[in-house]
Amino acid sequence: MAPPSSPETPAPRGARRKRPWPDQVHAWPYLVRLEMLVATAVMALLTVWSIAVDAPLEEPANPTKTPNPSKAPWYFLGLQELLVYFDPWFAGVVLPGMIIVGLMVIPYLDVNPKGNGYYCFRDRRFAVSTFLFGFLGLWISAILVGTFARGPGWNLYAPGQYWDAHKVVAITSRDLPPLIGVSDPVAGMIVGAVVVFGFLFGIPWLFWRLRRDKSPGLRQLGAVRYAVTAFFFMSMLGVVVKIGLRLGFDVKYVLATPWLNL
Amino acid sequence: MASEKKGWLSALRRSYVWKSVFRHEYEDTARNRALQISSNVFLHLHPTKVRRHALRLRFTWCMGGVTFLLFLVLVVTGVILMFYYRPTGEYAYHDMKYLEFDVPFGMILRNMHRWTAHAMVITVWLHMFRVFMTGSYKPPRQFNWVVGVGLLVLTMLLSFTGYLLPWDQLSMWAVTVGTNMGSATPLAGHEGPFAELLGVDARSDVRALFTGGRLIGPATLLRFYVLHCVFIPIVASVLMIVHFWRVRKDGGISGPL
Repeated sequence: MAPPSSPETPAPRGARRKRPWPDQVHAWPYLVRLEMLVATAVMALLTVWSIAVDAPLEEPANPTKTPNPSKAPWYFLGLQELLVYFDPWFAGVVLPGMIIVGLMVIPYLDVNPKGNGYYCFRDRRFAVSTFLFGFLGLWISAILVGTFARGPGWNLYAPGQYWDAHKVVAITSRDLPPLIGVSDPVAGMIVGAVVVFGFLFGIPWLFWRLRRDKSPGLRQLGAVRYAVTAFFFMSMLGVVVKIGLRLGFDVKYVLATPWLNL
Repeated sequence: MASEKKGWLSALRRSYVWKSVFRHEYEDTARNRALQISSNVFLHLHPTKVRRHALRLRFTWCMGGVTFLLFLVLVVTGVILMFYYRPTGEYAYHDMKYLEFDVPFGMILRNMHRWTAHAMVITVWLHMFRVFMTGSYKPPRQFNWVVGVGLLVLTMLLSFTGYLLPWDQLSMWAVTVGTNMGSATPLAGHEGPFAELLGVDARSDVRALFTGGRLIGPATLLRFYVLHCVFIPIVASVLMIVHFWRVRKDGGISGPL
């Protein structure tokens, strides 16, 4: 069988020897030496940190005494923060699942051969900006808000501001259909479904129809990869839109049904 | 090749026993540099030669390696902590106080385990960030990225299950908040959409599978302890073996083609 040489498949073992990298150095001592230096520095840092700062230990666990606020570990605070804007089934289960699956499929969606093995923005603008926005703009930002700006009742407090446990914040949010004049619940469900599914699938479909013939990038992507990319991308954007709708227009749910709300 | 120097050290190096342990000379030759890596089971994780840019901290940030180092630190400190800690409702919190006030170096041991765990979550994220920014998930490394995402999730689950073990207010309520999300799982959680289709209640839904009951209690503590100390570390170790092996098999560390 002839060894395949397309970039889709790993190079066979012999291929490396035929085309040796001209800039290779021995792992011993150059790499091992560096690893030992970094390991020593990290261990020194950990030791100093562990001597200087004690791990927290509060009162014994007491199921009858709920602290306000109760916060998840800091690395999950981004998800807890989203509980303000979404119901738990979405913020706590479906969205994390989508984040994990969405991350896993990245290599199978990104068919751009450029930018492999070096830092580069110009060759992969969409990929890099989407990832930066999701990682820094959503994940890290939400963790920072949840960690430093949320107090009793999960209300917003400036860092250092007095935590008033009796602070009352009126909940005035309403669902989107009544806000735009559709008061009948069934008609509201239809409107909500049209908005949600139109956003998730309609816009990408329209974009595909309009741009497919003009964009070589879209043709290279293909219909299936485009559909999956668009679904995850629009879902991520949808989280932002929902946050905007809540903060800007007091929208509670876009789609409200007896079974689930979005 | 072999030096004919005099002295007991040279004699030792020429001895039958020494040579049975160290198969090659230490003289600075290309062959010995390669053997130094390939004849050592631990260093054999590396290729004998690497491309020069792989040494630049600006390129790798050394984050994958640091993450592995932190994992090893956590294994060592964690195993020592296991000698002093009993995962039961009666003793868990008491043993934290025991570690703090009575066990020699107990507090620094616990501090190191906790801070290293936090640091590992951060370094895993930074490692993912670096790998994305250098496009290192592109062919032929697609699948290793998938394995990496699995390790990322396991790291956070390890940290989360360990969070409960001090059995104080902080840990109990953080885990309550975290696991309450599980009760909202569609179909399988008792407060989730369509729960009535499966007919699950608070004692039989997917959350109760992990917490061992309706509330965070001693049953949860034991489950999280076993998950934290045995199950997840084993799964993570297996994935790490695959991850490191594939870095080598996919052509070593990524770089300009």
